[in-house]
Amino acid sequence: MSYNDKVLDHYENPRNVGVLDKNDDRVGTGMVGAPACGDVMRLQIRVNDQGVIDDAKFKTFGCGSAIASSSLVTEWIKGKTLDEALAIKNTQVAEELALPPVKIHCSVLAEDAIKSAIQDYRRKQQAKE
Amino acid sequence: MKLPIYLDYQATTPVDPRVLTAMLPWFTEKFGNPASRSHPYGWEAEQAVETAREQVAALIGADPREIVFTSGATESDNLAITGVARFNRARGDHIITLVTEHKAVLDTCRHLEADEGFRVTYLPVEPSGLVDLQRLAAAITDQTILVSIMAVNNEVGVIQPLAEIGALCRARKVYFHCDAAQGVGKIPLDVDKMNIDLLSISAHKIYGPKGIGALYVRRRPRVRLKALIHGGGHERGMRSGTLSTPLIVGLGAACAFSQQEMPAESRRLLALRQRLYEGITARLTHVGVNGDLEQRVPGNLNLSFGYVEGESLMMAIKDVAVSSGSACTSASLEPSYVLRAMGVGEEMAHTSIRFGLGRQTTDEEVKFVIDKVVTAVEKLRDMSPLWDMVQEGIDPSTVQWSGH
Repeated sequence: MSYNDKVLDHYENPRNVGVLDKNDDRVGTGMVGAPACGDVMRLQIRVNDQGVIDDAKFKTFGCGSAIASSSLVTEWIKGKTLDEALAIKNTQVAEELALPPVKIHCSVLAEDAIKSAIQDYRRKQQAKE
Repeated sequence: MKLPIYLDYQATTPVDPRVLTAMLPWFTEKFGNPASRSHPYGWEAEQAVETAREQVAALIGADPREIVFTSGATESDNLAITGVARFNRARGDHIITLVTEHKAVLDTCRHLEADEGFRVTYLPVEPSGLVDLQRLAAAITDQTILVSIMAVNNEVGVIQPLAEIGALCRARKVYFHCDAAQGVGKIPLDVDKMNIDLLSISAHKIYGPKGIGALYVRRRPRVRLKALIHGGGHERGMRSGTLSTPLIVGLGAACAFSQQEMPAESRRLLALRQRLYEGITARLTHVGVNGDLEQRVPGNLNLSFGYVEGESLMMAIKDVAVSSGSACTSASLEPSYVLRAMGVGEEMAHTSIRFGLGRQTTDEEVKFVIDKVVTAVEKLRDMSPLWDMVQEGIDPSTVQWSGH
């Protein structure tokens, strides 16, 4: 199987690899997947006072498509409000990266990671109130 | 140095130029049908086929009359297992094999179970990948007609204790079939000393052409089987179809060269594999060997790189042609059934890479591969959330994962 150019680009030059301080209450962390399934994604967002995601970082254990999917969504969610970020669907990721059917689960995981990170952020905000 | 570097010799090998030279005349000017008895075109082709038969037989300590040419090891496995099962149905209906066998054996057994009412025992293996002889002995019943156990595993390269298995089968009067596609020409094999009754051979694993193989079928005591392919009664009725003289000549030549060069080539490959293994493990932690490192063919090294997924590692070392037990490289999304059967956890099976070394592998290539692998693993661990956990002192295998 050969790889799509966009997957290769994100794989070779991944955007926003890294870590945000998970103890910062402006940061939401989402960890999805499982080692036994062959992919684990950790997506982190930082949300500013206007409710806009001003930074996003990821680390992913997984195949090239999983790494590319997480790299892509970090680019997409930056500058978006939480509701806008939640509107991102896995099909958009799959379409942008031209993922073959066996790799669709990578895009599902990326969507789940966004949801999980936002959920974590909102939980922290509720705890503060 | 030619890129990508080929380190997938268990998948296939290039045809040795000497083998190709031997084959060429038999395509064009010497095109006769070896079965033509009425003119010199047929006679010279028959002579070439018989010479090749001797070369194949010599490599495994057999008599040339015990060699049946087939299209490859898959057909040989089918013929051996199905052929013996059908012929010996009156004697028994039970077959024993290993869970780590090649699909050519496993799928043939499944068909005999599903379509013809045979019973098959799929024995587990030890974490080393080797069969437990006591378990094998205990599995044999008075209904058992055949034991099919491979010489060398295609994924992890481990060598099964063939002489012990053969002795056991002979004592219990059960036929012993051995799929030796990965063993012939790589390790010394002797069908008499090892009490092997049927043995599958492939040409393209030993620098011969694809599309040709052989099945050894013992004459004394005689093993009888039902043919799968019917027709003109070629190969003593066991495999009909016009013999492909050029392919058979290629198989014969490949066997002859492998036999001559085995001792020196084995030493050379072992040294290269040692260098590869030590070069990688000197610079990386959390690297595990899959399968027994001693009872293994020199040309195989199967490693798991903890916290780095196999397919992404292969992408990162795209100048190196290898294969992985990762699910992401297969259509099924299941990690290697061989590694799973050896008790390798799914999370480690996803991180495995098979390095296959062969005749063209050089010291320079091995050095290049070590650098590529180390750099790639370090890069991927830097972006692995699991590696972060390990650095924080958390073992990811103790974490409750949600899965997906």
